[in-house]
Amino acid sequence: MSCNPPAKFTVNGMARTYTGDPRRSLLDFLRDDLGLCGTKKGCDHGQCGACTVIVDGRRINSCLTLAIMQHGSEITTIEGLGEPDHLSALQRAFIKHDGFQCGYCTPGQICSATAMLEELAQGWPSHVSADLQHIKLSDDELRERMSGNLCRCGAYSNIIAAIREITEATP
Amino acid sequence: MFGTFDSPDQRNLLDRTGQGIIGKGLDRPEAGLKVTGRATYAAEYRPENCADGVLVTATVAQGKILQIESEKIEALPGVLGIFTDKLMLRRPAQGTAGRAPAQDPRQIEYHGQPLALVVAETFEQAMHAAKALCITYERHHDVPYDPETAPSEPAEKPIILGDLDEAMANAAHKVDATYETAGHASAAMEPHASIASWQGDDLTIWGSFQMISHNVKELADALRIAPKRVRILSPYVGGGFGSKLGISHDAVAAALAAKALGRPVRVVLTRQQVFTTIMRRSETRQRLRLAADGDGRLTGLGHEAWVSNLPQESFAEPVTQATQFLYGGENRKLCVNIARISRLTAGSVRAPGEAVGMQALEAAMDELAERAGLDPIELRKRNLPSSEPGKDRPYSSRMLAEALDQGAAAFGWHERQPKPCMTREGEWWIGLGVASAARVNMLMPAAARVRLEPDGSLLVQSDQTDIGTGSYAILGQIAGEMLGVPIERVRVELGDSELPSGAGSGGSFGASSTGSAVFRACEAIRDRLAHRLGARSDRLDLRNGIASSGERSAPVAELLRGYALEEIGRIKPGKTQIDYAQASYGAFFCEVAVNAFTAETRIRRLLGVFGFGRVLNQKTARSQCLGGMVWGIGSALSEELSFDLRDGRLMNHDLEQYHLPVHADIPDLDVILLEERDTAASPLQAKGVGELGICGTAGAIANAVYNACGVRAYSFPITPDRLIDRLPEPLT
Ligand code: FES
Ligand code: FES
Repeated sequence: MSCNPPAKFTVNGMARTYTGDPRRSLLDFLRDDLGLCGTKKGCDHGQCGACTVIVDGRRINSCLTLAIMQHGSEITTIEGLGEPDHLSALQRAFIKHDGFQCGYCTPGQICSATAMLEELAQGWPSHVSADLQHIKLSDDELRERMSGNLCRCGAYSNIIAAIREITEATP
Repeated sequence: MFGTFDSPDQRNLLDRTGQGIIGKGLDRPEAGLKVTGRATYAAEYRPENCADGVLVTATVAQGKILQIESEKIEALPGVLGIFTDKLMLRRPAQGTAGRAPAQDPRQIEYHGQPLALVVAETFEQAMHAAKALCITYERHHDVPYDPETAPSEPAEKPIILGDLDEAMANAAHKVDATYETAGHASAAMEPHASIASWQGDDLTIWGSFQMISHNVKELADALRIAPKRVRILSPYVGGGFGSKLGISHDAVAAALAAKALGRPVRVVLTRQQVFTTIMRRSETRQRLRLAADGDGRLTGLGHEAWVSNLPQESFAEPVTQATQFLYGGENRKLCVNIARISRLTAGSVRAPGEAVGMQALEAAMDELAERAGLDPIELRKRNLPSSEPGKDRPYSSRMLAEALDQGAAAFGWHERQPKPCMTREGEWWIGLGVASAARVNMLMPAAARVRLEPDGSLLVQSDQTDIGTGSYAILGQIAGEMLGVPIERVRVELGDSELPSGAGSGGSFGASSTGSAVFRACEAIRDRLAHRLGARSDRLDLRNGIASSGERSAPVAELLRGYALEEIGRIKPGKTQIDYAQASYGAFFCEVAVNAFTAETRIRRLLGVFGFGRVLNQKTARSQCLGGMVWGIGSALSEELSFDLRDGRLMNHDLEQYHLPVHADIPDLDVILLEERDTAASPLQAKGVGELGICGTAGAIANAVYNACGVRAYSFPITPDRLIDRLPEPLT
């Protein structure tokens, strides 16, 4: 099975074309076709956040969208955020605060937090925002906005500590 | 016997070594790989020409397969085969089984049991074909679904001392209460996955396992091949919590299909399949009877539990495990009864026994404290026995009283109102609660290889797994400390069945057991270095690559003379395990808010204070505690497997319906790690920590709920529906 016309998009800045099975999720395309296995499959149903990637600046669950739907998008995965010897500030903070244990939810947490900080910077309100116009940064805001990313190892306190460190560093 | 640990090791050698890295909160060596998505988990190896398999599961709870309509499905694009091999697993293997669990899936024993594997060129083709596969059943009726109505029998001989009934009759203060706890799922974030690849008669499995040397045997037995033909690779495991102690359906199905097709096959369980087929913690009903004299000293202690499992499974949630040694009370009755029902296999889920037993015991202790007019901390401290009741053996080391005291001071326990319903903030009742933590300590057989390279760097190897526990970090720290090698020059290789057999990750024993094997290998290397230096090994100082003793000193690389030194260290449990009651201890302090109108409970603060012997790495040990506490919150407030009693179906078989705690449920948790050396526990003076954080947490939460709103919780999780009809009038 293949799709026509092909979908053309970029992943971590590289041009990619998809012409395969239209049923293939973006998640499986990243993992199986591109070998970008940093994006994890925890449920395949939009219930865990392990597959979070950033598409056109917004975080999405890559298991809930198809590869062929990505025509024209700019996709960033965990591999595009940093490398072991060129870590992003958030990745460094995750290491320092031990914001993970098994590491399986971690790429999703980091991609999600990266985009979430951008949403905050743009003034998006959340369910716990008291004032929709002026968002006050708080741990509760961070927790609410990160609640789509489950961590069964229970590293939540450390994940929030890592994200908090970044928000404190960037005024 | 070689390697047995028969008497306490009071040398405390790791306090006298000079490298200064043991116990430090060093970053995990694999951290860079994990935060950049470069660590490779089971489903992520792609051998050439690998096909994808999807399991098909039963839609009846008990019966037989009459027919599988394979022909139409085999004709679908990409489909390579439909497998219903008799060797495929019916149930997953229990931890440390070392042999195949029940096989032949054509006999159906529970709803959701895997029956067939559909293999295709791609995952999408396999998934489509698996969904389209029609199976007709002969369905059995009169199936026992309900543990409450199914007959039960004692799982093992009850412990009966003295006369509990009489103690209850004569007690000045007593509690007789029955608690229920819901079934739990491990729900590790990485679903169970295996890639099988044959090279002739040799099988390689990339999988997600906790106990590799056992898993090799289980897999070989299931496939009827010799264990030496099986190689398992599991360098990174996306969480286990008991669910990956034994092999499961994916590994055997992948191996059989790969053999038949002559090409590698990958089988990944869907999230729903992980829920319906892997391993559940049994629901429990627990009757607690506490009898105390006028001073609140226990004279009687009863803990009777009812749990369930499939027929023939020997595992019964060991609910009373900590009750055996934690508190006094000379008249006792402790027992676990098991009902045989048609639900997926019950087995080890993080801290089997204590996770649910401690929450009921600690809730009952709170009630007794109230009746005796004592502070709950004082009641606990009054009831710490000087030797294990019924066995009269000493405790190896026990920091429970210290944990209660230090926790009370750090938490501000004195601010607690002894009576409930005294603090209200807007819509919320506020309350504080305390509970003890206890979890048995075990040492397991383990081996590890340590190699001091000619350049003075170190390589540590074992088939030990790191399931998030920090094995990579702590094993390197032990070796570096013992041999005076800076951590940057230590490499740790794990999770490969060709390496010496570690203890595996389970029962909180991985770090202390495999760590002790590393320790012993290092001791042997120290002896050889001391000999070369012409010094006594107990006077040898190794740090930063320099060996010294008194006047003598030489670079280690020089002593090595261009050759590596390699040793395999071994440890086995010995007499210390019998001579001492060994456990890790701690205390939980919790502040909750209970909504006066909706009965929603929120955790405001949770502190855990823990003593588990030597801390090997402050950072990873603390993370283990945090993780356990999050599990405790889940068990207290939201986690509950719900089965349909009409047909045995698990109703909430996904992460939307089974409620793990999420970020919004977890405030900043606090952890205090106590300084302790347990010389009887291991040569490292370390005990287990991986499960301690869950053992009692839910009790502290329930006690805080009572202190807040005056309602005792007898049924867990404490969801709003279980509280709301007993809440006080919100507007007065
Ligand atoms: S895998 Fe996409 S949300 Fe779980
Ligand atoms: S680190 Fe294991 S699930 Fe989050």
